[in-house]
Amino acid sequence: MGDETLDLTTLEDAELVEQMHDDLYDGMRDEIVAGTEILLSRGWSAQRVLGDALVEGMRIVGVDFRDGILFVPEVLLAANAMKAGMALLRPLLAETGAPSIGKVVIGTVKGDIHDIGKNLVGMMLEGAGFEVVDIGINNDVQAYLDALDEHQPDILGMSALLTTTMPYMKVVIDELAQRGLRERYIVLVGGAPLNEEFGRAVGADAYRRDAAVTAETAQQLVRARRELKAAS
Amino acid sequence: MSSKPPAELHSDDDERPGGVLVLACGALARELKAVVDANQLTGLRMEYLPAGLHNTPQLIPAAVEDRLAAVGARYDQVFVGYGDCGTGGRLDDVLERYGAQRLPGAHCYEFFAGPETFARLHDAEPGTFYLTDFLLRQFDRLVWRGLGLDRWPHLRDDYFGNYTRLCYLSQFPTPRLLAEAQDAADRLGLRLEHVPVGTGVVGPILVSLGMPTPVGPR
Repeated sequence: MGDETLDLTTLEDAELVEQMHDDLYDGMRDEIVAGTEILLSRGWSAQRVLGDALVEGMRIVGVDFRDGILFVPEVLLAANAMKAGMALLRPLLAETGAPSIGKVVIGTVKGDIHDIGKNLVGMMLEGAGFEVVDIGINNDVQAYLDALDEHQPDILGMSALLTTTMPYMKVVIDELAQRGLRERYIVLVGGAPLNEEFGRAVGADAYRRDAAVTAETAQQLVRARRELKAAS
Repeated sequence: MSSKPPAELHSDDDERPGGVLVLACGALARELKAVVDANQLTGLRMEYLPAGLHNTPQLIPAAVEDRLAAVGARYDQVFVGYGDCGTGGRLDDVLERYGAQRLPGAHCYEFFAGPETFARLHDAEPGTFYLTDFLLRQFDRLVWRGLGLDRWPHLRDDYFGNYTRLCYLSQFPTPRLLAEAQDAADRLGLRLEHVPVGTGVVGPILVSLGMPTPVGPR
C-alpha cells in the first residue's frame, strides 16, 4: 500500500483539495504543484485554489504547530510546498487584477536576522489577499519609516525571535507616535518569545501567535478601520 | 472530609533539608559541577531539568514551576540556573511567584560571555549562531537532528541562510571540541570564530550562594 502512487488526476475536486491539505501537511512540494495545476486545468480560479487548497491547508498546519503536534521543520516543509503552489498562482492573481484587501509592510527588527515566522506570515497575508511588502531582516527605525513612507500600507508587521531584540518594536512604535504617524497604521507584532501582554506594553494593535490567525486579524482590523472611516 | 493529609505528602519530598537548591538547565550541568567541585560547594543541592528544553523554550516555565512547586519549599533558597532562555519573561513570572532568582541575561551565551562581550559580538554580526561546550557536544542531537536536518538537509538554508558566522563560546575548550566546532561550522556553511569565555558570571554566583571566597575552575 505504502509504495502505491496516488494519481491526483483521478480524484474529484473535493477529494483533491482534501488530498492537497494532506500533502501540504506532509510538505510534499511536487504534489502541491501538481494539485494546483490540476485544479487550474479544471477551471478553478487562482483565488479559489489559493484559498481552499493552500491557505486552508496551511491553516491546519498552523493549528497542529500551535498544539505541539508539528514542529518547525515540518512547518518549513509545508511552507515551502505552499510557496511552490503560490509561485504558480501569483502571476494568475496579478492578471485578474483583483484589488488587494490591503497593503502590509512587514520586517524583522534591528539586530534580528530570523525570518522563518515572518515569511510564513507574509505568505498567509498574501494568501488572504493582502499586498505584502517584505522589507527583510535587521530593520532599524529608519528602514521602517522609509518603507511606510514609500508604500503607505494599512498595516505594519514587526517580527522578532530574540528576547534581546523584541524590545526594539517599542522603539519603532514610539518613533511613529512621536512623529504623529502611529494612528495611520495598524501595527501587528509577532515572534516566538512575544505574548499578548508584550504586544499591549509596546503599543501594538495586536500580537498574534501564528500566521493564520495573524492573517485573520489583519482582515478584521482593516475592515473595522474602513468601516469606522466610512461612518465618520 | 478526612483531616488526614494525602499519602504523597508523607513521601521523601516532605523532608526539609533547608540550604540552597540550584535548579538548573541540564545544558549547564558539566560547567556547574566544575565550579561546585573546584570550590567544594558541598552545601549546594544541584538539580537539573532536561537539556532538551533548550529547543522548546515555551515549555521551560512550566517545567521549572512544576519542580519549584514540588520541592521549592523544602529549601531556604532556590536559585534557578536559567537565563530568560527565550521565554519572553514568562520564566521570570514563575520565579517571582516562588521568590526565586535566576542567572542574569537572556541566555547561556550571555551569562557565559558576559553582557558586554555578548553585546559586542552580536552587534558586530547579528547573523551569528552561538554554541557552548554543551551545545557543541550535543550538536547532532539538539541542532542537526533537532532542526530536522538529518532528514531534510535542504532546509539548512531556510534556517541558516541569514547567518554568516558560528561563534564557539567555549568554557573548557579542547582540541577535540575545536575540531568539532569547525565541523559544525562547515556543516552549517558558516565561518567559525572561537571566543574563549569560560563560565562567566556562573562561577561567582554559585560561589556566592555556596561559600564566600571565589576560586575559578581550571
